[in-house]
Amino acid sequence: MGSLKGTVLVGLIVWALMGWAAGEPEGQLQGWARAMGMSVSAFSAARGEALYRQENGNAQGGAIGCFSCHTKDPRQPGRTRAGKTIEPMASAVTPTRFTDPAKTEKWFSRNCQDVLGRACTPEEKGDFVTWLTRVKP
Amino acid sequence: MKDSVKGMLVVAGAVIAAVGLFATGPSWGDDEGRGEEHGGMRASRVPVGAPASWKTECGSCHVPYPPAMLPAQSWARIMAGLDRHFGENASLPPAVAAEIGQFLAAEAGWPRDGEGGVARGEPPLRITETPWFRREHREIGDVVWRRAAIGSPANCSACHRQAEQGIFNEHGVKIPK
Ligand code: HEC
Ligand code: HEC
Ligand code: HEC
Repeated sequence: MGSLKGTVLVGLIVWALMGWAAGEPEGQLQGWARAMGMSVSAFSAARGEALYRQENGNAQGGAIGCFSCHTKDPRQPGRTRAGKTIEPMASAVTPTRFTDPAKTEKWFSRNCQDVLGRACTPEEKGDFVTWLTRVKP
Repeated sequence: MKDSVKGMLVVAGAVIAAVGLFATGPSWGDDEGRGEEHGGMRASRVPVGAPASWKTECGSCHVPYPPAMLPAQSWARIMAGLDRHFGENASLPPAVAAEIGQFLAAEAGWPRDGEGGVARGEPPLRITETPWFRREHREIGDVVWRRAAIGSPANCSACHRQAEQGIFNEHGVKIPK
């Protein structure tokens, strides 16, 4: 019984550590870099910021961008079209940002399609996350 | 005594419902009666056993609207059109969509299949367009709905502070200026 408990405990710790390792933004950055055949250090925070601030025309003739919902300052909370608060995008303010790959990819695919009318490339994702994990609080 | 009063209320309720159904035609998502049956407006309207995916996926852009607030046919229409959801792309992996769809269908509001027959016209896509919603909010004017802190009637949590937990009673209501 005691050894079973021990095994379960060790199993849980290993599982938690694995989850933690896979959940770091770094792991996702490495994945995007591999997909582009480049190194993580080649991602550019400046390009990531430019993507965030880029204004795109929408069907109604207005301008939309990532900032429309996430606000011009990624350290501030944003707001969805339905009025719900969005936690700040900067990792320095919201440490859980970019730590769940399924969540990150889901929102990239939705929001890039919504704002740019196309999917974002792995390079754009890497640039974007590089910038947001470096923004100072 | 109490029981007979209850009995009379039930009969009266059934008559009103029947008159509503056959005289004026059923109205979509009119959940009067059903709310009482589930402990009234005071209780949380989120059923126990709701899948976690529903809260994370349907609660990321707005509060997760309680399933009892629309009939099953409405939820089916919403789930079938997630890629063009009120001007946004809310699409989900098929397995997640199926799990949420089943939950919404099981917990949907009146009329359900076999309970109220099939209403005329398209089932509503919006809670905010159902007769019961309009009735509950008839005292709120257009100017109020458009206030910056509210923006849209669909922004329940602007006024219902516990909407996230499915609680919509009058104690938790505060209309922002
Ligand atoms: C219409 C509103 C809207 C727009 C425009 C928008 N987003 Fe988002 N975004 C959201 C919402 C809502 C979330 C989910 C936030 C949450 O759950 O914390 C989100 C989350 C994300 C996430 C996930 C972050 C994480 O924690 O992993 C990424 C990445 C993202 N957005 C990228 C973008 C990019 C890139 C753009 C511009 C091309 C953009 N967004 C524009 C609404 C928007
Ligand atoms: C990407 C963002 C997003 C996601 C994810 C999302 N919605 Fe929505 N939803 C919206 C927007 C935008 C509106 C329109 C809000 C308004 O009119 O102010 C809306 C409106 C609604 C309405 C109508 C509200 C009213 O006016 O009564 C329902 C019902 C609804 N959503 C259900 C769902 C369900 C169910 C899910 C999960 C499967 C979901 N939504 C996920 C963005 C989203
Ligand atoms: C502008 C503020 C505002 C918004 C936004 C709003 N409501 Fe309300 N709601 C009220 C007020 C005020 C009442 C009346 C409270 C009372 O009984 O005195 C009310 C009553 C209700 C009731 C009846 C509660 C009871 O116990 O009798 C329900 C249910 C309800 N709202 C659901 C919703 C839902 C669902 C949404 C979003 C789709 C929503 N409301 C959006 C202000 C609002």
